[in-house]
Amino acid sequence: MEQKSKRRVLYDRTLRALLWFCAALTCLLLAFLIGYIFVNGIPHITWQLLSTEPSFRSDTIGILPNIVNTLCLILGTLLIVLPLGAGAAVYLTEYAKNRRVVAAIEFAAETLSGIPSILFGLVGMLFFCEVLGWGGSIRAGILTMTIMVLPTIIRTTQESLKSVPQSYREASLGLGSGKWHMIRTAVLPSSVEGIVTGYILAIGRILGESAALLFTAGSASILSANLLQTLSSSGGTLSVALYMYVSERGELEVGFAIAAILMMLALLLNLSAKVAGKKLKR
Amino acid sequence: MKRILKGNGQNGLAPKTKGTRAAFETGMNLLFFLCGAVAVLFVLFISIYLIVSGLPAIREIGLAEFLFGDTWKSTGKEPQFGILPFILTSVYGTAGAIVVGVPIGFLTAVFLSKLAGPRVAAIIRTAVELLSGIPSVVYGLIGMTVLVPAIRTAFHLASGATLLAAIVVLAIMVLPYIISVSETALSAVPKEYEEASLALGATEIETYFRVSVPAASSGIAASVVLGVGRAIGEAMAVMMVAGNVANMPSLLQSVRFLTTAVASEMSYSSGLQRQALFSIALVLFLFIMLINAALAVLLKKGKKS
Amino acid sequence: MQEAILTARGLDLYYGENQALKKIDMEIPERRVTALIGPSGCGKSTFLKTLNRMNDLVPNVRIEGTVEYRGQNIYQPRLDVTWLRRHVGMVFQKPNPFPMSIYDNIAYGPRTHGIRGRKQLDEIVERSLRGAAIWEEVRDRLKKPALSLSGGQQQRICIARALAVEPDVLLMDEATSALDPISTSKIEDLIAELKKQYTIVIVTHNMQQAVRISDKCAFFLMGQLIEFGDTTQLFSMPQDKRTEEYITGRFG
Repeated sequence: MEQKSKRRVLYDRTLRALLWFCAALTCLLLAFLIGYIFVNGIPHITWQLLSTEPSFRSDTIGILPNIVNTLCLILGTLLIVLPLGAGAAVYLTEYAKNRRVVAAIEFAAETLSGIPSILFGLVGMLFFCEVLGWGGSIRAGILTMTIMVLPTIIRTTQESLKSVPQSYREASLGLGSGKWHMIRTAVLPSSVEGIVTGYILAIGRILGESAALLFTAGSASILSANLLQTLSSSGGTLSVALYMYVSERGELEVGFAIAAILMMLALLLNLSAKVAGKKLKR
Repeated sequence: MKRILKGNGQNGLAPKTKGTRAAFETGMNLLFFLCGAVAVLFVLFISIYLIVSGLPAIREIGLAEFLFGDTWKSTGKEPQFGILPFILTSVYGTAGAIVVGVPIGFLTAVFLSKLAGPRVAAIIRTAVELLSGIPSVVYGLIGMTVLVPAIRTAFHLASGATLLAAIVVLAIMVLPYIISVSETALSAVPKEYEEASLALGATEIETYFRVSVPAASSGIAASVVLGVGRAIGEAMAVMMVAGNVANMPSLLQSVRFLTTAVASEMSYSSGLQRQALFSIALVLFLFIMLINAALAVLLKKGKKS
Repeated sequence: MQEAILTARGLDLYYGENQALKKIDMEIPERRVTALIGPSGCGKSTFLKTLNRMNDLVPNVRIEGTVEYRGQNIYQPRLDVTWLRRHVGMVFQKPNPFPMSIYDNIAYGPRTHGIRGRKQLDEIVERSLRGAAIWEEVRDRLKKPALSLSGGQQQRICIARALAVEPDVLLMDEATSALDPISTSKIEDLIAELKKQYTIVIVTHNMQQAVRISDKCAFFLMGQLIEFGDTTQLFSMPQDKRTEEYITGRFG
């Protein structure tokens, strides 16, 4: 029995080794990044850091304002983008009959998702902060983030709506429901996990965003007296605060602590997206 | 019918007769259409805004002077606004990231979709998702504290904040996009092609590289283009590791990208300097639109075959 | 009796817990057409795929017993599967040309096995396409994508592609079932031509086809080989009652 030529054996082994190597490299890279951040960051996460405002007088740093700002930004953005994104997705999958309109909206969503965040920051700053006169404020940040995460929400919602069996729709319409009633009672409930996955992705995006928010929501780290004031005043999120502390003040320890918090949240979000996704499959 | 009325009644929009019900449905249709139209409006708004605010400075400085001038001195007594260093830095930096990131990402994708068993694949997939979920400032922080000092000592430089550092960070950042888009394309290759190749006496590896990869080529190309878009648009991570000096690009020198040129001066600029920053943003936007168009073409091609 | 080129001895095959083949003993003669018939799910396709180890690709598959190709057990651990598959080629149910040009499709196998010379490849491509009776139809468009051809033409391209590595045996897994009658009859004529040089094993659910083209015929039922013999014999006076019931159309 003849054997494979040496050339073929060599080709096979080399490429097989390369494939294993690259896959291992990717995983090791992640392990290193996570490990490095946790080792350098977790020791510096203290109760004082989490629960206070930064103070020049006592020379301490606290990230409570940034946590509050991040929460406000996430909640505010989700509140606006929830009806908007879901509405657009419902229109695309349930209502739209004109293929050109669908193509235009889908193309627009794809284009939006390709635009770098620095450009969103710039336009957001010009329009919300200057033309509308809001200045650097959380509400300007919220509206900017709404535009940024809209494509993600539209896409994931659309996917989960598409996965609802046509028979549900027919059954509901067959019982004499109107279209909106059919969507609300038959379509939306059975695609809720997919929609939730979209929102988890959006939260991740907002958590990690810095370039767009730096120029729209600003970078202040001060607690405001109430919600309204928080919305209309400048406030840096955790990511923005990380950048400010590291680049402007050289506070690497605080930077690592925030990075560790962000990584933990990213892990948590990934896990919850998995759980939601699994439920979706069922 | 009664139950339906009750259902709708909850939101206070209960249609009473056939006519009102039809009007109600038309209203809902319109409402959802508006939600969809918002995305289109946003894109138009951003495009028009960038063009309108980007043109004045170009007109004042002169297009050739602006695009091909090799000196950027925005705050000098006689300011000069040449953005060639930024353009070239962005192009070189992106190209570098692609050269480093694509082979690793592409081979990982092949491994993931063809060689890995279900368990290993699940691990790698999670790793890829997590990599794409790491905020860019965190990449910047690690780049600053690990990569920059390492480059300084390795090449005996005064500062390690260089184009090289930016390239490495960008290569890692584009990796998850390359992997996930390529993997989708590779997994969509019909099993029949691979069976035919194996039945001819090709090995698994030969089959993957000589049949599956060519069959998925447009999807793989799309992953590269997507990576280009991500790399050219990244701002914060690059800002933290590239040193941010407006030099003509050189691997071991501090450089400034198109994105970081906008970001670094925006907070304190005014007058023509500020307008010039908008023009840089416009140039960046045009690059991105070009990349988006290429991406759309490739993805369409991939779907067809 | 012709000498056997492929011999199965006590062959059992399991998919996980399910036994798909039960103690198959069969000798496939050289340069003859052997047809495997039986109702769907009877194991005929599974058996075919054990002959060039394409079953290896199925997860959780377990095989016991032996298959010998020219006296060598193809399930011995040290056997090079690529060597086996080069000699025992296969044509699938659905035409599956690669998304490449006609030329590259045919040249794929030879190139894989190390033939690089342009002239040599040109020769092989022409010889294989002639062998599959499609040369005249495609000689002017060898650079065109193979997927632009009709289904019947694609299947003959696949046969040509299999011939290009100069196999000994050609396994055909319902190779005509996805084709129209005219393409089917072209391929049947081709099989009659090919058996002068090659051993052919074909799975078919079409009994008329088995009668038309095969010399030997094997009837499978529920993973067992019920009857194996000369086609004329098997169809005119089947030995087993179940064979008779099947060929007279009482089930399947």
